[in-house]
Amino acid sequence: MAVPVIDVQDLRTYLVTRWGTVKAVDGVSFSVAEGETLGLVGESGSGKSMTCLSLIRLTPRPASRIVSGRIRLDGDELTSKSEAEMQKIRGRKIAMILQDPMSSLNPVYSVGMQVREPVSLYHGLRGKSLTARAAALLAAVRIPAPETRLRAFPFQMSGGMRQRVVGAMAIAAPPRLLIADEPTTSLDLTIQAQYLGLLEELQHQHRLAMIFITHNLGIVSKICDRVAVMYAGRIVEMGPVRQIFKTPAHPYTRALLDSIPRLGARRERLTAIDGQPPDLARLPGGCAFAPRCPKVMDRCRVEAPPAFPVAPGQTSACWLDAPA
Amino acid sequence: MPAEPVTPDALPLPDVQVSAAREARGRRLPYFSLGIVTLFVLVAILAPLLSPADPADQSLRNRFKPPVWMEGGTAKHLLGTDRLGRDMLSRIIWGSRVSLAAGVITVLIATAFGAAMGLVAGYYGGRVDVVLMRVTDATMSFPVILLALILAVTVGPSFTNVVVAIAVILWARFARVIRGQVLTLMGLDFIAQARIAGAGAWRIITRHLFPNTLNTLVVLLTLQIGYVIIVEASLSFLGAGIPPPTPAWGSMIAEGREFVTSAWWVSGLPGLAILLVVLAFNLLGDWLRDTLDPKLRQL
Repeated sequence: MAVPVIDVQDLRTYLVTRWGTVKAVDGVSFSVAEGETLGLVGESGSGKSMTCLSLIRLTPRPASRIVSGRIRLDGDELTSKSEAEMQKIRGRKIAMILQDPMSSLNPVYSVGMQVREPVSLYHGLRGKSLTARAAALLAAVRIPAPETRLRAFPFQMSGGMRQRVVGAMAIAAPPRLLIADEPTTSLDLTIQAQYLGLLEELQHQHRLAMIFITHNLGIVSKICDRVAVMYAGRIVEMGPVRQIFKTPAHPYTRALLDSIPRLGARRERLTAIDGQPPDLARLPGGCAFAPRCPKVMDRCRVEAPPAFPVAPGQTSACWLDAPA
Repeated sequence: MPAEPVTPDALPLPDVQVSAAREARGRRLPYFSLGIVTLFVLVAILAPLLSPADPADQSLRNRFKPPVWMEGGTAKHLLGTDRLGRDMLSRIIWGSRVSLAAGVITVLIATAFGAAMGLVAGYYGGRVDVVLMRVTDATMSFPVILLALILAVTVGPSFTNVVVAIAVILWARFARVIRGQVLTLMGLDFIAQARIAGAGAWRIITRHLFPNTLNTLVVLLTLQIGYVIIVEASLSFLGAGIPPPTPAWGSMIAEGREFVTSAWWVSGLPGLAILLVVLAFNLLGDWLRDTLDPKLRQL
């Protein structure tokens, strides 16, 4: 395989709070290739967003710290970069789309001013060519009558429309890696499908590597190539989407898949996962999922399992999958 | 029974509900306060043209002439004369310059400094915020009048000292409010999105945070002008403000206070001028707040 666009090794991001040190990201490793989409799934607080914010070094300050790990963008180490250098990487190399379209545009500027800003910043365009490029970006995200829309203000647009504008701004560079942090959560179902289609299209066009954060497994199966399941700051299972949906290895992944309602399935009740996600400031020793795991063994409570290969391209961090 | 096809004409017209935003825009302008404020500004600017006499011209023979509508008043002195026979109308007209200049200059200085502090504190948060906010608290706990008196006693009363004394304390109010607003804005995604796009601190503060605080600033600025005019008048009244012979409304009240029973107009008319102007600024500020920024009720 060629050099991946983004390659993360053993990333650890800790939050220092008054309740103790929270290991928000605790030894995460993954990589995403050009044109590939990695789905990052897990419950709220499992470290999905923190992982991605760590990549562009925008985790909350001053509470959080990237303790260790290597982040390589096209082979270029990011962890040793200065803040000024990181500013040049943000937006230009790594772009991100956030969840809430209602607040992700500045209410006091017209859409045109906001789309022109990154374009002028990245490409140094001015005047008419700048406006033309901005209109082209809006057209690229399927906004009808882009020239007219440039004069609109965010409050005059719907959520789906605004999220498209955010998308247009994200691909202004275009970047190498696009991180989408639950971009469709607050959109209508039909708009969701449209938006996902649009993201896929943009990705193909620019050969973007994409990380898609979501807790919607349906979306994962639709647009991701590979999926990483996170629990308590760790990736518990990772592999090709089909394979994981068909033969999940980790008990947590299995439980997640079991908790999806299926049409036509003859089942009385949905299976829920017992218990609560762990308090990240007081993680038990050993596997973080052990207290809720139906197949817990003595070893799980003592020693955290590393990632074991279970199939080609699929790993699972569970002692059950340890080679005998 | 077959259903009658409903023609559009047969449908009753729904009551058109005017949206809140439209209602606010179409609301009646505050004619009273706008009028007084405009008049005040015009009078101050055009003082040399409008004043019928030199405000410093004394005439001991014409002392304590009452206003024209009272017995003994003359058309030569529409609002009467003071203890030294100076024309009250001219003095009030010239006095408006002091009030306007003090109000506007002080508030502008305080706004610039306070907004900058508020933006920085809110943007950086953490220790920067804690330090700046403690400085703000300390500043707000210091009485303006006392500071101005100290300045007047040590370096002598002057217009500059009045402006400095008030601005040095007033900025804290701006800093507080703006910081609060910035904190709210910082939680919104467009700030995060700007950072993700590679914007640095300067760009985020000037291009994203500051423009979003403008409404609040305008409201606050208008409300504070009235306050500054009152403080300036108080200082002039105490003799720590604008030194004579420059006519200032505060010092005019002070000069007439011994004669309130016999010649009420010497204190009363400048007092009325202060009342009207400050009231107008406050009402205008209230109106601006309700129109621009209804969430700002606590100001």
